[in-house]
Amino acid sequence: MVSYAFRKFKNRLFFVLCLACVIIAVVPLLSTLLEVLVRGAPQLSVQFITQPAGVIGESEGGIGPAIQGTLILIGLTSIIGIPLGIMSGIYLAEYGDNRYAALMRRVNDVLAEFPSIVVGITVFTVVVLSLGHFSPLAGAIALSFILIPIVARTTEESLKLVPNSIREASLALGVHKWRTTMSVVLPTARAGVVTGTLLAVARIAGETAPLIMTILGNQNFFQGFGQPMDALPLRIWRDALQPYPSLQAQGWGAALILILIILSLNIGVRIVSRGRLGR
Amino acid sequence: MRMDDTSINDDEESQMPAGKMRSIQLSAWFGAKQALRDVNLFVKANSVTAIIGPSGCGKTTLIRCLNRMHELVPNAKTTGKVLLDGKNIYAKNIDPVLIRRRVGMVFQKPNPFPTMSIYDNVAAGLKLTGVKKDKGLDEIVRRSLEQATLWEEVKDDLKKPGTSISGGQQQRLCIARAIALQPEVILMDEPCSALDPLATAKIEELIVSLKQDYTVVIVTHNMQQAGRVSDFTGFMYLGQLIEYGDTKTVFENPRSELTEKYITGEFG
Repeated sequence: MVSYAFRKFKNRLFFVLCLACVIIAVVPLLSTLLEVLVRGAPQLSVQFITQPAGVIGESEGGIGPAIQGTLILIGLTSIIGIPLGIMSGIYLAEYGDNRYAALMRRVNDVLAEFPSIVVGITVFTVVVLSLGHFSPLAGAIALSFILIPIVARTTEESLKLVPNSIREASLALGVHKWRTTMSVVLPTARAGVVTGTLLAVARIAGETAPLIMTILGNQNFFQGFGQPMDALPLRIWRDALQPYPSLQAQGWGAALILILIILSLNIGVRIVSRGRLGR
Repeated sequence: MRMDDTSINDDEESQMPAGKMRSIQLSAWFGAKQALRDVNLFVKANSVTAIIGPSGCGKTTLIRCLNRMHELVPNAKTTGKVLLDGKNIYAKNIDPVLIRRRVGMVFQKPNPFPTMSIYDNVAAGLKLTGVKKDKGLDEIVRRSLEQATLWEEVKDDLKKPGTSISGGQQQRLCIARAIALQPEVILMDEPCSALDPLATAKIEELIVSLKQDYTVVIVTHNMQQAGRVSDFTGFMYLGQLIEYGDTKTVFENPRSELTEKYITGEFG
């Protein structure tokens, strides 16, 4: 016979274990964030975020081109990837009751787990080599490869959470299926789709490996779609490899800016989408 | 199949003059499992027809065949005919989407669209089918809510979410949403089973008033309810329509022993 006190103790123990796990998971995250904040914050200035890189020993310079490049990449990738990802997710959730869709789902899952360096090499071979030069477009295509499977999967999962009774209510009014999906099901799943999309955008904004093979990096601001371009992860990577403390410090600053961009994007999209779709 | 095309013509002439809907040798399957067997149901215009029977007897499947909702279930199949004003809604050239605009449906659990306001829920059918944009919409929303006896309770809260009102109000909202499209027939699938007695009484009152303008078919597991609201009753058992007639006769003087046993509560 197990005593009541022991059962009560087990109940308590379970809670303490859960709490301990949360702490173990969160502490490294917070300490990283704190480190970036402490080391990066002193770098921040108007000059730092607007100027191109300076010359060692002469001028400090900034990370302007990298910020511009990352914003361009986020924009291009979103334009290419988000519609494709959401539409794929809709197909899988609403029309996915067949063998072809099951195969697509499997392929999608594999693609979502793909090492990003392999994506970079693939796009290098297919796009960069055939264009004949590095290009922001190649970078956006590579990042789309990473973004689309994540968006598709989270969209599918969110749509599947919408109760079937909601679909039936709309179909029983004589509303066509596509209209039911776009005007009833998708808005009901809005929160999940937006969250999944934001996570995917945050993920691609921090990707480095595919960019090495596609946009290469650049000391200057955007120079056209036929030229190499810089991005924050590339800049952080290059700065981290430098022996000069001033450049390493700029790397920390760049990391902080990247985190801030992702954070403000996250908050901004949530405010906008809440205002537009209600709830 | 015994019933052929001539039966349709009979229908239009003298046999059953005011028939709004009729099923002829209607059978339905879920995959290999047969849910309906050769059902011949008659639905008179501007009346309430109740379908009663124990759980799993095919009541819901039957009314879901009347507006072609049954076929939305994967692997579902139907044979036989369903006539709406004498025309087979399962004929090859018929678009089920257009049938559903003429034959509306209210479900077991209230299912207002959670992202839409009360107003938009009522207007949803008209907006999403492209029938009506904004002109005259206010008037239709008001009239539909009035007919569903909900207007007085929500007229100041039209912008609130459709899910913010009580369960009984939500169900009346769903009825308003269905009648906003001015269907000819309204199918109700146990519309009160998720509601308390007071809300049930309101909906029952509403059902009786609806038959002035619409033809109503209601599925219910509650025999007292069938007795209170319906003019005609069909009793179903194991996928077959065992008995059909005017409600008084079916309840007081059933032809089938099975019906009598069910009504007196011996099984079900």
